[in-house]
Amino acid sequence: MSKGSTEALAGRRKFLGLAAAGMGGVLLAPGIHLIEVAQAATPEVTSKVRWGLLIDTTKCASGCTDCVSACNSENGLDPKPSPTSAQWIRKVEIKEIKTGRQASLPVMCQHCAQPPCVDVCPTGASFKRADGIVLVDRHSCIGCRYCVMACPYKARSFVHEPLTDQKPDVPRGKGCVEGCTLCVHRVDRGGTPACVEACTKAGHEAMLFGDLNDPDSAISKRVREVASRQLRADLKLDPGVRYLGL
Amino acid sequence: MHCGLGCQLLRHPLMVAVTLVLLIASGAAMAEPAGRTPKPAIEPARAGTQCVAPPEVMRRDHPAMLKHQRDVTVHRGVRQARDSLQGCVGCHASAATGSVAQAKTDFCSSCHGYAAVSIDCFECHASRPAQRTAQAEATKP
Repeated sequence: MSKGSTEALAGRRKFLGLAAAGMGGVLLAPGIHLIEVAQAATPEVTSKVRWGLLIDTTKCASGCTDCVSACNSENGLDPKPSPTSAQWIRKVEIKEIKTGRQASLPVMCQHCAQPPCVDVCPTGASFKRADGIVLVDRHSCIGCRYCVMACPYKARSFVHEPLTDQKPDVPRGKGCVEGCTLCVHRVDRGGTPACVEACTKAGHEAMLFGDLNDPDSAISKRVREVASRQLRADLKLDPGVRYLGL
Repeated sequence: MHCGLGCQLLRHPLMVAVTLVLLIASGAAMAEPAGRTPKPAIEPARAGTQCVAPPEVMRRDHPAMLKHQRDVTVHRGVRQARDSLQGCVGCHASAATGSVAQAKTDFCSSCHGYAAVSIDCFECHASRPAQRTAQAEATKP
C-alpha cells in the first residue's frame, strides 16, 4: 500500500471513530455512556519503532538542571533529593585533562538493545518493551537490586522509604527498583519525555527524541548527518541514547 | 376435665419452651443485619457513569480483570484501557476524601476491610484521580 493511501485510510478511520463517538453519545440512553468511546485505549507497542534520544552536549550548559527538575516533577520524585533518593536522570560534568575541554551532559537509562539489567533479573521484572524502552515491572520486582549492580550507567535506583501521593501515571513504591522510563505514559499517548520537553521549552534544544527506526524522523536524519557516540560503546549494549560532541 | 387440665399443665412448659425458642430465633434474625461486623456501606460511583461490568461480575472478578490489564499495560503499553485501575479510581473516588482507599468508608477499603483482604495496589498507585481534576481545572474557562 502506498504512503498516501495509508494516510487516507488513517484519516477515514479517525473520522469513523469520531462519528461512532458522536453516535454513541446521541443514541445511548441518558446516564449510560460507553467508557470505550469516552477514552480510547492506546495501541499496543510494536518493534517497528525504536525510541531513542540524541543529546547535543555542545548545547548542554554546565549547571543547567532543567531536564532533571522536569523529570522529578513529572514522575513525582523527590524535589530535593537526599543521597538515598531515587534518581532517574543526573547531570555529569566531564573534563579532558590534557586539553582542559569541559562538557556537561545528562545521563539516564540508556535503553540498551542488549540490556544487562534484563539479563540478570531473576524474576523477569526488568524487561525491554517491543519499542526498545527498558522498564521495571514493579508487580514482579522483588527489590534484589541485581540490575542496579549490572547497569554500567548507574541508571537504576532503589526506593528505600514508603511513598505517598504518587502520580496516577507513575506508580512508585518502597522495595522496588526503578529508573528512567523514557516517560512511557507520555510516549504511549504520542507525547515526548518530560526532560526533552523542558529542554526544548527553555530554548536549549539539546535533547532530541524520536524513532530511530523511522528513516524520516528528525533524530534519524540527525544521527545520519552528524557523528554521535553511545556511552561505553565498547560494551556493545547498543544504547538508544546517543551523544553529540563528546 | 382432668385430662384437659393435665394436658394444659403438660402443654404449658412446652409452650414456654417453644415461645422461648421462637423469641431467641427471631432475636437472632433481627440482630443479624446490625451484627458485630457492620456491613460495608458502598459509596455510589460518580453520577452519570456506567461500570464496565455488572456488579455481580465486578465483585467476583475485579482482581483478575485488574491483574490481566496491568500486564497488558506495563508490557504492551495499552493505556486508558477499559479495565484500567485509573478507570476504577476515576469513577469510585469518594466525594468526601477524593480517594478510593484513604478512609475506612472509601469504596475499595470499605469492602476490603469487611472481607479482611488487604489491598496492595495503593502502596504504589495513586488512590485519587489527580490528573482528571487537573485536566478538568485546565479545561475550565
